[in-house]
Amino acid sequence: MSDERHRVATTVNGTRHQRDVDGRLLLSDFLRHVLGLTGTRVGCEHGVCGACTIQYDGLPVRSCLMLAVQADGHEIATVEGLAGKDGTLHPLQQALRDTHGLQCGFCTAGILMTMTAFLAEHPKPTEPDIREALSGNLCRCTGYQHIVEAVTLAASRMGGRR
Amino acid sequence: MVTRYLGAPITRNEDARLLTGRALFVDDVNLPNLLHAAFLRSPHAHARIKSIDVATAKQRDGVIAVITAADMGDYWRPGPLLVPPPPIRDIVFNQCTQVPLAKDKVRHVGEPVAMVLAESRYLAEDALADIVVDYEALPAIVDLADGLKPDAARIHEDLAGNTAAHVRQTKGNYAEAVKRADLVIKRRFVYDRGASSPIETRGIVAEWDGKADRLTIWDTTQAPVVIRNGIAAMLGLSERQVRVIAPFIGGGFGPKIMMFYPEEVLVPWMAIKLSRPIKWIEDRLEHFFATTQERGQVHDAELAIGRDGKIIGVKDVFLHDTGAYDPYGLTLPINSQCTLLNAYVVPHYDSTFTAVFTNKPIATPYRGAGRQHGVFVMERLLDIAARQLGIDRIEIRRRNFIGPDQFPYNNEIIYQDFAPLEYDSGNYGPVLDKALELIGYDKFVRDPTARRTDDGKHVGIGVVFYIEGTGIGPYEGARIQVQSSGRVSLATGVGTQGQGHFTSFAQITADQLGVDVRDVDVVTGDTDQFYWGAGTFASRGAVVAGNAVNEAAKVVRQKILRAAAEHFECAEADIVIANGKASVAGVSERAIGLGELAQRANPLRGAVKPGTEPGLEATNYFGPARGATANGAHAMIIEVDPATMMIEIKKYVVVHDCGTVINPLIVEGQIHGGVAQGIGNAFYEQLAWDRDGQLLNASLADYLLPTALDVPHIDSAHTVTPSPLNPMGIKGAGEAGAIPVGALFAQAIEDALDLPRHGVEILEIPLSPNRLWELIGPHLDKKEAGSP
Amino acid sequence: MKPAPFRYVAAYSLDHALALKAEHGDEARFLAGGQSLLAAMNFRLAQPAFLIDINPLRDLDYVRRGGSVVRIGALTRYRTLQRDPVVANHQALLAEALPHVAHPQIRNRGTLAGNLAHADPASELPAVVLAVGGKLCARSVKGERWIAVKDFFTGPLSTALDAEEMLAEIELPDLPARTGVCFLEVARRRGDYAMIGVAATLTVDAGGTCVAARLTYCNAGGTPVSASAAAKALVGRRISEKAIGEAAAAAMREIEPPGNVHASSDFQRHLAGVLTRRALAKAHTRAMSAA
Ligand SMILES: Cc1cc2nc3c(=O)[nH]c(=O)nc-3n(C[C@H](O)[C@H](O)[C@H](O)COP(=O)(O)OP(=O)(O)OC[C@H]3O[C@@H](n4cnc5c(N)ncnc54)[C@H](O)[C@@H]3O)c2cc1C
Ligand code: FES
Ligand code: FES
Repeated sequence: MSDERHRVATTVNGTRHQRDVDGRLLLSDFLRHVLGLTGTRVGCEHGVCGACTIQYDGLPVRSCLMLAVQADGHEIATVEGLAGKDGTLHPLQQALRDTHGLQCGFCTAGILMTMTAFLAEHPKPTEPDIREALSGNLCRCTGYQHIVEAVTLAASRMGGRR
Repeated sequence: MVTRYLGAPITRNEDARLLTGRALFVDDVNLPNLLHAAFLRSPHAHARIKSIDVATAKQRDGVIAVITAADMGDYWRPGPLLVPPPPIRDIVFNQCTQVPLAKDKVRHVGEPVAMVLAESRYLAEDALADIVVDYEALPAIVDLADGLKPDAARIHEDLAGNTAAHVRQTKGNYAEAVKRADLVIKRRFVYDRGASSPIETRGIVAEWDGKADRLTIWDTTQAPVVIRNGIAAMLGLSERQVRVIAPFIGGGFGPKIMMFYPEEVLVPWMAIKLSRPIKWIEDRLEHFFATTQERGQVHDAELAIGRDGKIIGVKDVFLHDTGAYDPYGLTLPINSQCTLLNAYVVPHYDSTFTAVFTNKPIATPYRGAGRQHGVFVMERLLDIAARQLGIDRIEIRRRNFIGPDQFPYNNEIIYQDFAPLEYDSGNYGPVLDKALELIGYDKFVRDPTARRTDDGKHVGIGVVFYIEGTGIGPYEGARIQVQSSGRVSLATGVGTQGQGHFTSFAQITADQLGVDVRDVDVVTGDTDQFYWGAGTFASRGAVVAGNAVNEAAKVVRQKILRAAAEHFECAEADIVIANGKASVAGVSERAIGLGELAQRANPLRGAVKPGTEPGLEATNYFGPARGATANGAHAMIIEVDPATMMIEIKKYVVVHDCGTVINPLIVEGQIHGGVAQGIGNAFYEQLAWDRDGQLLNASLADYLLPTALDVPHIDSAHTVTPSPLNPMGIKGAGEAGAIPVGALFAQAIEDALDLPRHGVEILEIPLSPNRLWELIGPHLDKKEAGSP
Repeated sequence: MKPAPFRYVAAYSLDHALALKAEHGDEARFLAGGQSLLAAMNFRLAQPAFLIDINPLRDLDYVRRGGSVVRIGALTRYRTLQRDPVVANHQALLAEALPHVAHPQIRNRGTLAGNLAHADPASELPAVVLAVGGKLCARSVKGERWIAVKDFFTGPLSTALDAEEMLAEIELPDLPARTGVCFLEVARRRGDYAMIGVAATLTVDAGGTCVAARLTYCNAGGTPVSASAAAKALVGRRISEKAIGEAAAAAMREIEPPGNVHASSDFQRHLAGVLTRRALAKAHTRAMSAA
């Protein structure tokens, strides 16, 4: 079976991109290897680890369980777009640094894209809420405790702002 | 010198890059003309290969090459023996290292049989389906005891059986001593395999630059220098022609060590042959077969003990599953054998193991590296003894502790680093006390209401102790240089896998050189930046490389003092180094920036005194005489629902002693991560092999890594008994979190469900709700079990 | 782990999607949330030749109230169902089960129709829909037909849909007055498929006597499994601890869970007993307070 090419016009972190891709190209591979946005990581390609989590029209999704063609006409946010243009870290990025919420950092992008969306919906989360929201992202290094602390810290620094 | 950074919870230098997605991992390397590799892997655990037909695969569009063992000529060679067997009397060791592509036989599911190179990974995977291999299936050896039966199928046909090694180590005379025992306890303990499962799988990219005659390899390795040396030798290149870069690594935990995995050997070779860069990234399915695993031992252990609760001796005979090949020698079973002695005075010890080849992936160190098996056996034996002797389980441990005045304590057997197993220092009592205090032991055991929740859950408490041999040799090195900008650059040969080396090494340097920790730029894992080294394993990065950094920094400090003294024409003793400057004590206007001093030390004109080295730079090395022994106690309170056997950890405490702590934030992170992996090992992660050697749960949906809801909040504390074996007094902390968790689960769950009353003991790891039900269910009364 | 090649077409209308399905039959699959399909394709366990992406068909994404039923479209995602007041008010069993399905990121994509069409007997939702009853609309170029839920699941990963049909709508009836429901499961980790799960509905009359009950199970066989005899035996009885215990014991005998890597058949059966008892007790409390 031949791979047909498909036009994908998508906005990633506010920037328009247009590319022709194979129908079977995974969205994760498109972001990483076609657009060169390698901040999104890939750890399992079956939806479990959460490393590839991005935001698709504002909602966290697994980019390994979507096709690149499905980005056509949609907005995507990845870790590269989180910090301010002047390099100021997002409050959750800063909090992860302050609490030592990352070790190897391979799970971090997925956690950021999951938990920034979570904080937007839950500005004052409890620890059980945070752990529940985090449970779809595997981290093999930290044991999660410092990540949970970071989310709590970020929530308080954001002062309930969304 | 005032210590500023050492011991302080400094946030990490490397985080900014990691948090913004800029850090480079192997799969991020993108090169023009890149080819992608995929591997055809054996579907059988044990089979003879009768024929391989790659003709159709080669025809497929986008496929550049298909390689089998037959195409490899002289390059086909079994891999190196990474760790030779230690010098132990009468040792038997049968060396069978892994091959790059299976030739006549496959020995485990997932063993590579052919490599496809294509224009994309997608196309390469398509072509795998075109390859036709005719296999003749052979009986698979899955169970250890089965493998040793005389009529068992032989995995390596040139050997007489499936024995990979046989080792006996003794201390004292157990056979005599046992006669004096008041009580002898004999049990069989089973500790099963696990998969390291870093979130980043393995990967390698290789590029041959024909103009420069140089090979560059980006590799997810914990030991780039060793890989460079090995690959250069295999390819007939000089080490100077090969650069290995271990960029950011997404967790290693052991199996990313210098394995010379088939992919690591094949990708560079073909990159040179085809003059095109090649990438291979292990996918998660491959990780379950293509990356080494650990664990899998069966111990028949015997404890001889007096009525006073004092250990007289231990005898242990165990089988160790080495998998299909044994390239890592005997590190794992020797670790188990040595760590079994734990923190206790064991006057007589007789330990024998047989390592067995099985039709499973190769076993090599993974966090804990066999130590947890030894600790499990000893801790369980003591729990059983305490019960039978009517002694409190805490008290029996205390009675047997090696006393603080008994160090260095010689255990009279040989450790994995070939040195005698001698503990350098320790003070165990206060560690245990602190753990008891933090978990609230006395209150718990005295409170009759503590053992049941309102909704019928059973609550138990556990406390166990462990030691960890860390920081073994041979050596590491570091080069430190003050740049003319005043920033300091530091290079070492160890790889890093998230342990914060960019920060802890910077802290050591910053203190010695009086600079800001943010002004120290650390490079690890690039063989062009530092030539020598061994790698990150056995919790040795901080200990060995950390001390090398310290030694190099001290030399640079001396150079700064000398240069500044010359500059100000004063005595070295009058020079103060602080805030990036050298100044004359008490005369603050007489100060010079380190950058300027560095420039002056590298003059472009004029004569330099004979014997002077240019610049403010030094390289130094450190090799400890022996490993340093860390120790600690873990305690937890656990709730078990007797109806579902689901658990909830209500409180978890770690108290550890890893000597001098460079950065408590980083050490705490190491402990948390270790405990999380220990919890996975104890209750969630089990590789389910069927009788044919097929893995039934090769996905992260069914091989259960603990989530944020499964790992509890961990309270940790530490005591400090510096190691006398290195100037900084550091001991490793990398594996401490993981080692005693199995023993702790067994004890705490037994306690919660009051198992001894039912005549049930937990003698195995991993556990699961299902396994607990099998063990305990029949003994529970119906009401308790929630049965209708 | 990359999918094998296929042809991809983004459907621009329901008719377009159905026409393509009619043309390509079994060779073609609809792509809904992709949370089962793409994972299986990445493992190359599924290798469809043709993918018809229905995600552009936004008008299939709805929850509607009509008479005494709730209608759910072919593209309605878990996330929408979890936030929809109609579901919360009228389909409490579904609402209670949804948080057990995977994780937020997956619930942001996965659809109820995709889940039911996928027909994984381990999934919570086929069991829930079986307990609630109702019917499923199968649509093709030839028209539509309604399939009762009890006839829909025909085996592991197989349904009564034929090669040309789409599961176009799910119609779930309101539960009678004085009905209490409960969904419970035991999973190794949050978000995992359960070792076993139970969906219970219990309707009582004003005097507290059971007038209807249903018990269904996930991961207890090749399809969602119903313990109808055990449930039926409750009818006409006053609900007591004893009655519940007997029903749970009967359910344990009635079902035949096959066992899997995480739980043996025996353990599954035991858990089914425990959960049935707990679920009926809770459903009973809820039924009484609904009265
Ligand atoms: C990590 C992870 C954990 C998960 N855990 C759970 C869990 O605990 N419980 C659970 O129930 N599920 C779980 N799932 C699966 C998830 O619920 C899926 O979303 C669901 O099974 C399928 O829905 P979908 O919309 O994604 O369908 P798809 O994956 O798009 O499709 C599934 C199948 O249904 C077909 N199909 C889709 N829509 C239609 C239609 N309208 N008509 C006809 N055929 C159609 C497709 O062609 C395909 O064959 C998990 C998934 C992941 C990745
Ligand atoms: S890579 Fe997508 S969830 Fe793991
Ligand atoms: S920090 Fe390594 S996986 Fe999370």
